[in-house]
Amino acid sequence: MSNPSNFKFAKTDEWVSVEGNVATIGVSDYAQSQLSDIVYLEFLVEPGDEVAKGDSFVTLESVKAAADVAAPVSGKVVELNEALTDDFEAVNADPFGRAWMVKVEMSDPSELESLMSADAYTAYCEERDH
Amino acid sequence: MTEPTIFEISSPGRAGVKFPTSDVPEMDVPNEFLRAELPMPEVSEIDVIRHFTRLSQLNYSIDTGFYPLGSCTMKYNPRINEVTARLAGFAKVHPLQPVETVQGSLALMHDLQNWLGEISGFPGVTLQPAAGAQGEYVGVLIIRAYHKDRKDNKRTKMLIPDSAHGTNPATSSMSGFDVVGVATDKNGNVDLESLRAVCDDTVAGLMLTNPNTLGLFEQDVVEVINIVHEAGGLVYGDGANLNALLGVLRPGDLGIDIMHFNLHKTFSTPHGGGGPGSGPVGVAEHLVDYLPCPTVGILEEGSEDYPPLYGFIEPAKSIGRMKAFYGHFGMLVRAYTYISMYGKDGLKKIAEGSVLNANYLMMLLKDTYKLAYDRLCMHEFVLEGHWPDAPGIHALDIAKRLMDYNFHPPTNYFPLIVPEALMIEPTETESKQSLDLFAEAMIKIAEEAKTQPELLKSAPHNTPIGRLDEVKAAKDLVLCCWIPERNT
Amino acid sequence: MFIPNTEAERNEMLQKVGLSKIEDLFSDVPKEFRYPDLNLPEAVSEMEALQNLKDLAIANDSTEDLICFLGAGAYNHYIPAAVDAIISRGEFLTSYTPYQPEVSQGTLQAIFEYQSLVASLTGMDVSNASHYDGATSAAEACVLAYHHFRGKRTKFVLSRYLHPHYRETIKTYFQGYEDIHIMGDQVEDGMQTREDLLKLVDYDTAIVYVQYPDFLGRVQDFKAFAEQVHAFGAILAVSVNPLALGLIKPPSEFDADIVTGEGQPLGIPLSYGGPYLGIFTTKNEFIRKLSGRLVGETVDNEGKRGYVLTLTAREQHIRRSRATSNICTNQGIIALTSAVYMSLLGKQGLKKVAKLNYDKAHYAADQISKLKGFELVNLGSFFNEFVVRTPIPVNELNLLLLDYDILGGYDLSTDYPELKNHMLLAVTEMNTKDDIGYLVETLQEVTND
Repeated sequence: MSNPSNFKFAKTDEWVSVEGNVATIGVSDYAQSQLSDIVYLEFLVEPGDEVAKGDSFVTLESVKAAADVAAPVSGKVVELNEALTDDFEAVNADPFGRAWMVKVEMSDPSELESLMSADAYTAYCEERDH
Repeated sequence: MTEPTIFEISSPGRAGVKFPTSDVPEMDVPNEFLRAELPMPEVSEIDVIRHFTRLSQLNYSIDTGFYPLGSCTMKYNPRINEVTARLAGFAKVHPLQPVETVQGSLALMHDLQNWLGEISGFPGVTLQPAAGAQGEYVGVLIIRAYHKDRKDNKRTKMLIPDSAHGTNPATSSMSGFDVVGVATDKNGNVDLESLRAVCDDTVAGLMLTNPNTLGLFEQDVVEVINIVHEAGGLVYGDGANLNALLGVLRPGDLGIDIMHFNLHKTFSTPHGGGGPGSGPVGVAEHLVDYLPCPTVGILEEGSEDYPPLYGFIEPAKSIGRMKAFYGHFGMLVRAYTYISMYGKDGLKKIAEGSVLNANYLMMLLKDTYKLAYDRLCMHEFVLEGHWPDAPGIHALDIAKRLMDYNFHPPTNYFPLIVPEALMIEPTETESKQSLDLFAEAMIKIAEEAKTQPELLKSAPHNTPIGRLDEVKAAKDLVLCCWIPERNT
Repeated sequence: MFIPNTEAERNEMLQKVGLSKIEDLFSDVPKEFRYPDLNLPEAVSEMEALQNLKDLAIANDSTEDLICFLGAGAYNHYIPAAVDAIISRGEFLTSYTPYQPEVSQGTLQAIFEYQSLVASLTGMDVSNASHYDGATSAAEACVLAYHHFRGKRTKFVLSRYLHPHYRETIKTYFQGYEDIHIMGDQVEDGMQTREDLLKLVDYDTAIVYVQYPDFLGRVQDFKAFAEQVHAFGAILAVSVNPLALGLIKPPSEFDADIVTGEGQPLGIPLSYGGPYLGIFTTKNEFIRKLSGRLVGETVDNEGKRGYVLTLTAREQHIRRSRATSNICTNQGIIALTSAVYMSLLGKQGLKKVAKLNYDKAHYAADQISKLKGFELVNLGSFFNEFVVRTPIPVNELNLLLLDYDILGGYDLSTDYPELKNHMLLAVTEMNTKDDIGYLVETLQEVTND
């Protein structure tokens, strides 16, 4: 699965898609493949919560691993994709679409500048595979 | 053949035990408290015996074969331990009896405290912790209490080498410490520069496993301890691997401040399919006052004519109680029996035997499997379970294929710092013959990995059941038998 | 003995390793510390070891030597012979944690059945594979509650009649959490009521802990209590004596969220306090927050039913510093012990033994209440333990009873200063009517001055 060219990526494998001042966040295809089959997803935040860049907002569990998903940008949580709690398989099946996790109203959009482009992220993943 | 569950073989009206007819008047239970439904199985004694006996036969065990599980010390569990622990004078004693009526138990515990202290070089020992993980918790709470007592409140960091067991960081964060990792150097030792870089006046302690989980003795151990002590921190020794050092080195002599023992590893108490463990803790002189309460001591000194009176003592600054009563006493009886049979000069034969067995097996395998660190090992060693000319084969496949050769697999994927790790600990109770047979199987599997990889991928083939669907288990959680009465 | 290799074999192995003597294996160990002289006894043979251990065991007075009326968290019950026959099997006793399910189906299915039996007995949705004992189960329940509210609720309200050792253990576990306030068990005048406890509950309360039957033996209805606790959104945890649940309503019927308890009465020897069995059960909604092992049902690659350890991503070996508990054992063979016991007794036996305990305890209480100088403290309904006011201090009375080979009850003044001269007596199926008669006569005789 190729990394969407209009998304930005964090070193910790989250993606961000920006519309206006709102960032939609999920985890990358690379991240889901490393975790293997997801068996559980739990939100650690609620709408209205403030998150700082680096804060964990979702916990993912597979059979072999547990991973916290960290916010790549700071801001206020405006929406959760609550359906994922039951439809956690979406993280494996459609990480860039159906499996978006939260929408955050960014407090400091300049944080986006520290994120990678899709091409840079693709190279970064290849590097880690070797 | 799938063994039905105990609920599935239930037949209404059956019972496995007959109790005496009551010799006192029947009393009514008030209706508001009387239980209406009791959805428990109804089976006879032979149903129970056959069911559980058949289940037992689906298990691998030390009694049936070699268990080269790294870091777990699966040694033979002497049968005499089971006899002594079941003596009525031990098994049928209530924990709250007046101390005058339990002098035998208390004398045993007092001796065992002293023996463990002598073996490890620690003047204070508590037998209370229920398992190694709880022993660690005791150790970390003592570190916390020690600094707090000295009003040294800024010590918030616990240093943990990256090769450590998962319990070390889990215990530290449970106790409120920030976990800071320390790297391993190219020889498998704690990286001294990495250690110095994080040692300052915020360090509460270091949790050190020695020999470490790579099976290697920390070559700079004295220096490691000095660095932490100079920064004002304490050194916790994880005693999981003490089997390698029994009678050869006392960790307390090195300057380690606290250490736990795993009686179910080093001192031969049975693993029992996952427990119970027993995790006594030894401490240096300056920490004796912090031990959990109570410990066993002498209340009245004895003389030539009468023995001392043993009883319970509350250490002055005790961190408190870790569990109800005094510890896993039945496990203490077993460990006491075991130590008494090795005695002052025999314990070192355990360490020597385990280290010799590990090095011998390592020699047999190092040409076939890549050795993570090629140096003399202690009681265990770590191999890498992958080859460039066997693409797609992982440590897990080797582990599963070993079952077809009637061996329990080694620990795999641990320690985390070795790719495709296979961690092998033969223990002193294996003979040369069983090591030779195991090596033969391992070498054969390495060959198969290259010529018939599908044999490994689809292994095991000769076990009671094939590879299980762990994803299904976690997704469609079924944690209880289906019970007709609960579902109608 | 337990090390099979001969000297000839050892030499051959050393040669293969490329060393000339055993000590060379330890060249990394600092020389000045190598081979310390240990101040330990000389080694003994199995025959001598057994004799030494017998000598120590005989120095104890066991419940075979004494007539036992002592309980307070550990009870003298009959253990059917089949229990030890099963748990002595090497395939169970000497197996490891079932991380390799293909060669551990025996242990895994046995734990799965243990979970099912315990869930049925307590009436709860899910049981873990067990904790260390009743005390650490209670502490782990508090850990669960703390994390359930993500540390935002900081009050733990503990009943004063939760076993004193359990309360102490909870305090020890939480000494690293400076924001946590543990309350409810402070010394007060008179008896603490359920209403006293409820007054402490508010929106900052994470967990409320009660015992059923409580430490004084009382069986109380917590239905209205539970509603009040839940009105504040707090978790209600109940520590039980599982044997009592063969007869009395399980805590699920008053909507407990967590039920823990000491499993020792279920076929586990007194063994001077351990190893025992920490029962830990919850409602479904807490499954992900449960600490300790869980076994789940699944299928193998051919669709055959089998069992595996599941939800392991919660555990320390995966989460490391992010794990909420460091536990990595369960009580293994002890959990199996209770599973065999519960299976053997089954529906009828569990009812029967619980009823025997109930009847005998009530008979004994009635007989003692007729004694001059003794008074049954009427605290309502009870199961197999009750409180008696004694004419002389309990510790003195117990020493007098020992002369008659009677192990008297628990001295409640140890933990409750206001209960001076109050004894907690336990009566089980092991006590015959004659034993009870002998106790009653002896109590009268030793206090009859």
